[in-house]
Amino acid sequence: MPEPLSNITVQMPRAKLAGLLLFFLGPAVAIYSLFSIYPLVATMALSTYTSDPSGARSFVGLANFETLLGDALWSKPFWNALGNNLIFFAVHMCVQNPIGIALAGLLSLPGVRLKGFYRTVMFLPTMLSVVIVGFSWNLILSPLWGVAAGALKAVGLGSLFAPWLGLESSALVTLSLMSVWQFVGIPMMLIYAALLNIPEELIDAARVDGLGQFRIFFHIKLPLVLPTISLVSVLTFVANFNAFDLIYSVKGALAGPNFTTDILGTFFYRTFFGNQLQLGNPTMGAAVATVMFFIILLGLCLYLFLVQRRIRRYAF
Amino acid sequence: MRRTFKAALGAEVAALALLAGLASAQAGSLKIESWRNDDADIWNSKIIPAFNKHYPDIKIEFAPSAPKEYNAALNARLDGGTAGDLITCRPFDASLALYQKHQLDSVDGIKGMDNFSDVAKAAWQTDDGKTTFCVPIASVIAGFIYNKEAFAKVGVSEPKTLDEFHAVLEKLKKDGTYVPLVMGTADQWEAATMGFQNIGPDSWKGETGRANLITGKEKLTDPQYVAAFKEIASWAPYLGSGFQAQTYADSQNLFSLGKGAIYAAGSWDISTFRGQAKFAMGAFPPPQPAGTTDCYISDHTDIAMGVNAASKNKEDAKKFLEWLTTPEFATIYTNALPGFFSLSKTPVKVEDDVAAAMVGWRQTCKSTIRNSYQILSRGTPNLENELWNVSAQVVNGKLTPEAAGKQLQDGLDKWYKPAK
Repeated sequence: MPEPLSNITVQMPRAKLAGLLLFFLGPAVAIYSLFSIYPLVATMALSTYTSDPSGARSFVGLANFETLLGDALWSKPFWNALGNNLIFFAVHMCVQNPIGIALAGLLSLPGVRLKGFYRTVMFLPTMLSVVIVGFSWNLILSPLWGVAAGALKAVGLGSLFAPWLGLESSALVTLSLMSVWQFVGIPMMLIYAALLNIPEELIDAARVDGLGQFRIFFHIKLPLVLPTISLVSVLTFVANFNAFDLIYSVKGALAGPNFTTDILGTFFYRTFFGNQLQLGNPTMGAAVATVMFFIILLGLCLYLFLVQRRIRRYAF
Repeated sequence: MRRTFKAALGAEVAALALLAGLASAQAGSLKIESWRNDDADIWNSKIIPAFNKHYPDIKIEFAPSAPKEYNAALNARLDGGTAGDLITCRPFDASLALYQKHQLDSVDGIKGMDNFSDVAKAAWQTDDGKTTFCVPIASVIAGFIYNKEAFAKVGVSEPKTLDEFHAVLEKLKKDGTYVPLVMGTADQWEAATMGFQNIGPDSWKGETGRANLITGKEKLTDPQYVAAFKEIASWAPYLGSGFQAQTYADSQNLFSLGKGAIYAAGSWDISTFRGQAKFAMGAFPPPQPAGTTDCYISDHTDIAMGVNAASKNKEDAKKFLEWLTTPEFATIYTNALPGFFSLSKTPVKVEDDVAAAMVGWRQTCKSTIRNSYQILSRGTPNLENELWNVSAQVVNGKLTPEAAGKQLQDGLDKWYKPAK
């Protein structure tokens, strides 16, 4: 049964209530519409046009999408970028989030010294500019002057070193791991905050029942922070499918070698803005952006309907 | 409270009016759009003051963007109506598109345009060659720059033929002190521009081959193109370890630190090396395949300048372009930026010895521009992008020279129908 509206709003004249709503909600709706909804709709509208050399645009309906998904010249790079993006996402899910959870679990243990220091240090890379992250790792992994080769040699594993960023087999995974290194602080912080919210009594009760820290984490803490973990997963998904900057700053818009590091973001950039002699194609670029939007939307819907609804939240 | 707010508003309006007034008062000012942010110093301290000696009233602001972002940023500014008055022109289609969108004016009326040859103007003309829309500034030459100390230590001299070139590389490799050949494939364009386009013109006979590709008489699967790919594939053993991850900046550092012997170069590298390298340098043109007599060099028309069609100060902009055609500008530019060679017909004395050597090749060899630039990179897939990709793969040993040629030609055949 719906709760009754409060007396004040019920007694208020209709016009006044409307005015009040407009006053409080209006600015947010206006700003959100102007900067989020309008560009989104404008992009979708642009994707149904094509332009001739003089710059004049004409309406073509869904032809851009037919080309993008039906013409091998466009669909091959598109599926390649989507596949690479899935690998990029998989590495984040399999490496970044478990490490984030583990770090949060360690930090929330009672009696860990220098907690604040570790927390800050692990979160620092997240605040660095992607360009700096790309540049630093490029230097670290450089076969010419990087410390990676020397460090491996020092522990007797010199033969394992390879120019990872330049090999088709390893470039994408290397870049993904660089991104993991940068952003591992975010899941760590979110999950750490959720762990702090767990009431002490629960933990104490478990200890009285004779559970060690390890089992407390897996049987009590982890189930309680599952909602946060699923939130982190969804954030990772959105961030990964919008990713662009790291690949662009390390490998350029052509995402070599042989497009093995091309993800949807770089594919979009190349299409929209062009590269060297390739002229930008804003209408086709808008089509790519629209498809990216729907891919993310699809992912979010799957999450909402399949995961979010089944999550049980505990009120403490 | 309300009054102070009103007063503040009034002051702001007044300030805005004043700003607007200032902007219109500076009618004699020009803004230059460019991707040469490396040269900002030289423009501000040498080129603009020299121009101001003739026209002291015209204020010029050099406002460069980063090379990677230039095309995108410039297009956005032109579409939004906020671009500068003078536009530095990329060669061929990028600028042609601007002219077709009526964002660049024709420069045919500019006095002094006859100081440039037809080849020099070709990169900034409509396909029929009737209209020119940018004033040519400079070209860049590809070749090889070498460390003279390294050559002396190993006891080799400048190679003339490919066989000699390989013998030199082999000796350098045996000696082991230096990385024999400095080139990386991480950024891909090095392999295409300083590899394929550098060593190739000798086998496809420069402009002849380039024209035949456009008319469809030759194909990229023909032996002369496959030979160029075979040559760059054979460089792999002489490159630095992990060259697959070696970026362009890595290559520049490797050579200027004195760790490399031969550098697959563009002449634009000279100024960087002059600032950093402590050893004597020399340059040799691309070594020739056995049995050829004529030599060809990649002498690529790269930079020009035009007028923004929406500029409010076209009169002054044209004065500046006129000055760009003078021998005075040619001399200042060529010497302030060794490695960017003026396209003017008047010969310019080049003081830098490496730059002088490279520009000297124009006397003995025939010039050609990169074969992927004119017309052939207009469609999808883009030939230049493809060329970067396959060249890097060929050097990496991931693609055979034959397969590289086939991939390029297949891509081209998908959209390009040569005029019969």
